Amino acid sequence: MAYFTMAKDTLANLFRKPATRMYPSVVREIFPATRGHIAMDITTCIFCGICQKKCPTGAIKVDRANKTWEIERLACIACASCSDACPKQSLSMENTYTGPVTILEKPKTREEVSGA
Amino acid sequence: MEKAEEKRHTIVPFGPQHPVLPEPLHFDFVLEDEKVVDVIPSIGYIHRGLEILVQKREFTEYVYVAERICGICSFIHGMGYCEAIEEIMKISVPERAKYLRLIWSELSRVHSHLLWLGLAADAFGFENLFMQAWRARELVLDIIEETTGGRVIFGACKIGGVRKDITDESLKTMVTVIDGMYKDVRTICDVFLNDSSVKERLCGIGILSREDAYSLGAVGPMLRASGVSYDTRKLGYGAFGDIDFDIVTETAGDCYARCAVRVHEIFQSFHIIKQAISKIPGGPISVKVTGAPNGEAMVRYEQPRGEVIYYVKANGTKFLTRFRARTPTFANIPAMIQALKGCDFADVANIVLTIDPCISCTER
Ligand code: SF4
Ligand code: SF4
Repeated sequence: MAYFTMAKDTLANLFRKPATRMYPSVVREIFPATRGHIAMDITTCIFCGICQKKCPTGAIKVDRANKTWEIERLACIACASCSDACPKQSLSMENTYTGPVTILEKPKTREEVSGA
Repeated sequence: MEKAEEKRHTIVPFGPQHPVLPEPLHFDFVLEDEKVVDVIPSIGYIHRGLEILVQKREFTEYVYVAERICGICSFIHGMGYCEAIEEIMKISVPERAKYLRLIWSELSRVHSHLLWLGLAADAFGFENLFMQAWRARELVLDIIEETTGGRVIFGACKIGGVRKDITDESLKTMVTVIDGMYKDVRTICDVFLNDSSVKERLCGIGILSREDAYSLGAVGPMLRASGVSYDTRKLGYGAFGDIDFDIVTETAGDCYARCAVRVHEIFQSFHIIKQAISKIPGGPISVKVTGAPNGEAMVRYEQPRGEVIYYVKANGTKFLTRFRARTPTFANIPAMIQALKGCDFADVANIVLTIDPCISCTER
């Protein structure tokens, strides 16, 4: 039986610098490979709809006729399946996370949504 | 006489939300004074219907769902699903991809066991040890994030191979980090194995005999701690055929033995990863997959928590008919009940934790 096996470590803890960081003044380094969020370059997109087909969560909506591309960030699981499949490399997986939403949008009323 | 006996039995509900249980699992304990005489478990709090989702997602996309069965052993769930499909479609995965899969699955074993050591320390009230274990785990998570892009959801496996390669430089850094971790993890593990107060809480508690472990179908560290030398990795799946390692076993079958098996497995995994890095061949990392699977397959792998079984049935379309995962925690529940019978009520938390329960996996 050994006693006080952790004592050395506990004492060392008093003089060691903390293992945690003082966020937000010290920010953790981000790895180049980190899957943060999908970035879109709309100028090169040909609205083929492949990304919409490849997305496992249905987060992307592509409208060919009106030439629009939309993503629902909260549905996206950052799997990079869409950016791997895009034939024009319009989509890329960035290594930063999307920032927190700071402006609270007033929820639309039903009348506003239906345009009445 | 009968009345007196009835009186002595108390039923204590435990969970699904309980300070010592990180997972939603409910028990009804039948107590006689402080002794547990019977246990009735019930699960079903976080069933998410992931298996039925296989009929609504294309088989190539379901990999992402399979990975999300569990937040700790995510990689092997994804890999198991992919390999089951590969078996149906008779796809042979490139050698390099097999080695990469092996490296990632062993890394996930290391981080899972370190997580468990932390949780166990927390359960018996050793906060400092808990923090040290999780600090060490962070180093493994960093390697994982650097090589795959995710901390716990790797997203690195796909049908026909892997999605990302690890450069030779990263492999070298990995060896350096692992070499550096040996000493660090050794210090932490020595406390688990030698400290008197830890032993006080673990030795002779929740004993599961070799016969019980075998006949109740226990798997993983739970089985090996009772002296049965059985490890699915020895079947030689993937690149494991080329890797040389010995199965870690203990004989006591108590909480301490289960802890010791996991401690030794961390070092064993380090050893396996280093071996794999020294043997990894070059070449492509994936093959192109065309067509849709038709047929069925059953595969077995060794998760950090024990043997897992995947069954996949396909009908030649893009949507599979059935996917089933028999997870290690599910197999370990009968053995855990056996280990709980006769224990002190105060030891319940420890014993439940030593099976390393993962209820999210179990309920899928
Ligand atoms: S796959 Fe690429 S090019 Fe096609 S719609 Fe999506 S973003 Fe545009
Ligand atoms: S990263 Fe994955 S979930 Fe997100 S939009 Fe692309 S395909 Fe969909």
